Amino acid sequence: MTTATSLSHRLSLFSDRHFKYLMVAPAIFILLLIGVFPLVYSFVVSFQNLTMSDANTSFQGLLNYRQLFKDTRLWWALAHTALITAIALPLELVFGFLLAQLFLERMPGRQVYVALLVLPTILSPIVAGATWRLMFDVRFGPVGQIVGFLAGSPVNLLWTVNPNLVYPAILICEVWQWTPFMFLLLLAALSNVDASQLEAAELDGASYGRVLRQIIIPAIKPVIAIAVLIRGLDLFRVFDIIWALTQGGPGTMTETISLYTYVIGFVQFDTSYTAAVAFLVVLLLTVVVTWVLRRMELVR
Amino acid sequence: MSFAATPRQRRIRLTLRYAVAAIVTVLFLFPVYWLFAISFKTPDEIFAVPPVWVPGELRLDNYLALFKEGDAATIWNSLVIAGTSSALAMALGTFCAYSLARFNTGGENLAMWIISQRMMPPIVIVFPVFLAFVYAGMVDTFHGLILLYTAFNLPYVIWMMRGYIADIPLELEESALVDGCTRWQTFWKVVFPMARSGLMATAVFTFVFAWNDFIFALILTRTEVITFPVQLTHYMGGQSQFWSKISAMSVLGTLPVFIAVTLLQRYLVRGISLGAVKG
Repeated sequence: MTTATSLSHRLSLFSDRHFKYLMVAPAIFILLLIGVFPLVYSFVVSFQNLTMSDANTSFQGLLNYRQLFKDTRLWWALAHTALITAIALPLELVFGFLLAQLFLERMPGRQVYVALLVLPTILSPIVAGATWRLMFDVRFGPVGQIVGFLAGSPVNLLWTVNPNLVYPAILICEVWQWTPFMFLLLLAALSNVDASQLEAAELDGASYGRVLRQIIIPAIKPVIAIAVLIRGLDLFRVFDIIWALTQGGPGTMTETISLYTYVIGFVQFDTSYTAAVAFLVVLLLTVVVTWVLRRMELVR
Repeated sequence: MSFAATPRQRRIRLTLRYAVAAIVTVLFLFPVYWLFAISFKTPDEIFAVPPVWVPGELRLDNYLALFKEGDAATIWNSLVIAGTSSALAMALGTFCAYSLARFNTGGENLAMWIISQRMMPPIVIVFPVFLAFVYAGMVDTFHGLILLYTAFNLPYVIWMMRGYIADIPLELEESALVDGCTRWQTFWKVVFPMARSGLMATAVFTFVFAWNDFIFALILTRTEVITFPVQLTHYMGGQSQFWSKISAMSVLGTLPVFIAVTLLQRYLVRGISLGAVKG
């Protein structure tokens, strides 16, 4: 006790100004160390020509950046990423909303249901991918068995290899894992919608559709915006689930931008080019996020 | 919200909702159950066609194999790394958040910059960090990974705790200061207890994130420091998938997170809703 008070006595000699800077200093230091310094270093590297075979660190100009435009695999990776995001995000939003509506009104035991439904979201995405790989297995996976049962005869579905099935497989796994996240957010948001407004509308005889459009949705718009931003960013950088399910295959059909960056950086060791790609991704994201954030400020 | 329903109609709706809720829950949890079931099956049961829906008995063979072969050590690695980095991130992040919330240190620019750090895709960060780690000899070390997870979780902690702290009435701190407490004492005696549910919720998510991370661990470790998700992928060979190991390891690896989430459940729903609704 005495040591604590004497320490804090000494600390109290600092004015407020020192205190507030002292409080942020350790965090900022670490962020600069890991967040900024490596990015700057990587930026410098992107102007060199470091590859698996060449350790020459001389300045090479825009060599790597020019290659960005010619690299079709890169743009396909971005397209794959956009596809997954564009499909998964609305699905998660809609299903999450429906689930939230289901559990909105009081019902005994609701706590238990909610606690159970959260389970997919807290799994490691690798575990989620592994789980669905088991589910989709062509010989002993339940999915194949159930589909075969419904179809009347055994089917041979290679979910993780068949080009027509890989994207559904990935999307099923992804939506399965993250719908509960949307569900939780929307449940909280819907619970906070002003009950008196809803009652007033009900007394006025408004249909459910109108109430939904004109009262509920505007009220939860800020939460939807945040949810879309968070999930959208997470979907953009999806890696683990795809790694566990298809590893980007067949070929490069399900290669997202994160996977592609991994391949050129840590398999081909095209160091400088990877740095250029990383810079491009950062640029893209900054533009998109700034635009989205500005629109969000307007929404509020 | 009932839209003019009679008591009988309400009862029917409730029963219907229960039915749908049960079906939905079963649908969502079936894959998890399947994983769980496989971890207890014998190889014959695993590869049986048609599949064995319920294992014959609860055999712990698969789990014992994990411990015997030392694979379970990766769970310990994950615990140490995720635990330490979460504690660090929570401590440093909350200090920082307090300063931002009460003194508006650095203004909007600093806050914006910190939030933007969270939006970086891991792959973009991991690549230059990898180069830096190679240079500093920190690849495949405990402290390297801990430092990284701390840094990666800091923006999230700062963002969330800033919101929670801002919600605490200023008067409490002001009266403590008037009573002669230093700023530091005020922080520990007033702010810290009041922000407890926010702290719990944030701590759980921070831990879960560090625990479940794969990409950083994959790239920044080799053989010495293997975490649980990376170990899991070692079983996923091209031809032979060690299904029993995958499932047992998955269950083992999910257990700590599941326990943490269940214990701190009541903080979580409040935590998420406060964080999201206030923004």
